[in-house]
Amino acid sequence: MPILVIAEHDNSEIKPATLPTITAARTLDRDVHVLVAGENTQQAASAAAAIHGVTKILHCDNAAYANGLAENLAKLIVTLAPSYSHILAPASFFGKNVMPYAAALLDVQQISDVTAIENEDTFTRPVYAGNAFETLQISGTPKILTIRPTAFDAVRAEGGAASIETVQSAGETGLSHFVNQELTKSMRPELTAADIIISGGRALGSSENFTALIEPIADKLNAAIGASRAAVDAGYVPNDYQVGQTGKIVAPNLYIAVGISGAIQHLAGMKDSKVIVAINKDSEAPIFQIADYGLVGDLFQILPELDKALG
Amino acid sequence: KILVPVKRVIDAYVAIRVKADQSGVETANVKMSMNPFCEIAVEEAVRLKEAGTVTEIIAVTAGTAQCQETLRTAMAMGADRGILIQTDEILQPLAIAKLLKAVADKESPQAILMGKQAIDGDHNQTGQMLAALLGWGQATFASKIEFGDGVVTVTREIDGGLETLKLDLPAVITADLRLNEPRYASLPNIMKAKKKPLDTLTPADLGVDITPRYKTLKVTEPAARKAGIMVESVTELVEKLRNEAKVI
Repeated sequence: MPILVIAEHDNSEIKPATLPTITAARTLDRDVHVLVAGENTQQAASAAAAIHGVTKILHCDNAAYANGLAENLAKLIVTLAPSYSHILAPASFFGKNVMPYAAALLDVQQISDVTAIENEDTFTRPVYAGNAFETLQISGTPKILTIRPTAFDAVRAEGGAASIETVQSAGETGLSHFVNQELTKSMRPELTAADIIISGGRALGSSENFTALIEPIADKLNAAIGASRAAVDAGYVPNDYQVGQTGKIVAPNLYIAVGISGAIQHLAGMKDSKVIVAINKDSEAPIFQIADYGLVGDLFQILPELDKALG
Repeated sequence: KILVPVKRVIDAYVAIRVKADQSGVETANVKMSMNPFCEIAVEEAVRLKEAGTVTEIIAVTAGTAQCQETLRTAMAMGADRGILIQTDEILQPLAIAKLLKAVADKESPQAILMGKQAIDGDHNQTGQMLAALLGWGQATFASKIEFGDGVVTVTREIDGGLETLKLDLPAVITADLRLNEPRYASLPNIMKAKKKPLDTLTPADLGVDITPRYKTLKVTEPAARKAGIMVESVTELVEKLRNEAKVI
């Protein structure tokens, strides 16, 4: 049986988190199909068809899926489920929202946030904020998994030539209604897909300091900006900047933590980064225990120096 | 009437230890507390009651006899009564959702308000599964909740920012961290909570099959990072990042 990947998209573009999910699906050596459900999604369906290693796109263009409402999308997934051995989605806010709803309708226990696929029924996932890893074996079909995007490489977004098959809408449930969205506008790379991230904590002291001290460095490094929960709660940056167990899980090549002490919950979101730099005035801060390079000092002196040193 | 499921977990500030035989995480003699997201759900329910929107708050949990303490904590925060579904079996999210559905069928609440995830299993599934089993709408990762006439408007956290949904009641809502700041239970309220009603049921009473669907083969520690170095200056840091780590 083939594997179905539920694409996360904004109707025109396929979101980056979908690509590692396809890589995860391909480790099982079966045909991989991708569901693109939404409204006015011709462009997203074409983009999905070009993804390397995908054999078929299931395309469902209907107002019921315009805003990714979980109830409607889960119902559609349930109608498609009998043809698939595994159904995967990225463990983003999108995948976490819809997949358990579909799993319960199918009477299946979902496996969340998978970081390794051992074989078709054995998977590894983090528990306790990434302080332990559980390897488990599940029986029954289909297997519903959400995939931690940072744990798998992204598949190439081009070079594929999948067929596109139109599928029927499963109808509106009418249980929930979309009102509006307020997206944080940013010209920077998306946090979960960025090569370099510079994150600030409460020690920055204000929103103005974030702008004055962090942004110029992020500009020079083409980095995304992240934050600790303390910085978000203090209102220095919007909450979708938060890195951690309850925010976003990131694993960039370089993570620069500025004025972040390194609570368990923050580390859960970034400790798989390739290189970690910590800048903190407290030499005892837990962040130094996982940092590859640590610099003890006052961030108000260090950040302008760093900005200058980067030319 | 509102139902608030709560969970007893290892305290969020405890550094956990994986057992040497890889069978799980050490829980003997470890400090246990209410899951932080559940506290936020209880707090929100209590605020809704204080505002006159909610008339009765029922806290419910599933697990061992010690989970009574978690219900007492919820009652000390302001829940009116508690229901313990007592079992020594390991409960996976689908089983918990089925137990909660059975309680919801008996109690017919207008809303179920719960945490978005437990900090032990980190599954982030139970609320969504419960909504699906009940055939209700869901609003996950809520950072703002406003009840209206037969509807609830919820602002939820999503990857790029915020989103607002309107749901018909009854509905399931899962709380994110920013929904509120939970209160501490005062000593008089802790004393009062001891007298509030607490019913104990079993999964068999509710007719729910709680057989685990997956088997844990092993629990392991994450790979340790190799020790880092301290640099003395910004110049040295930039030099290392350029020439040693080659990341900029």
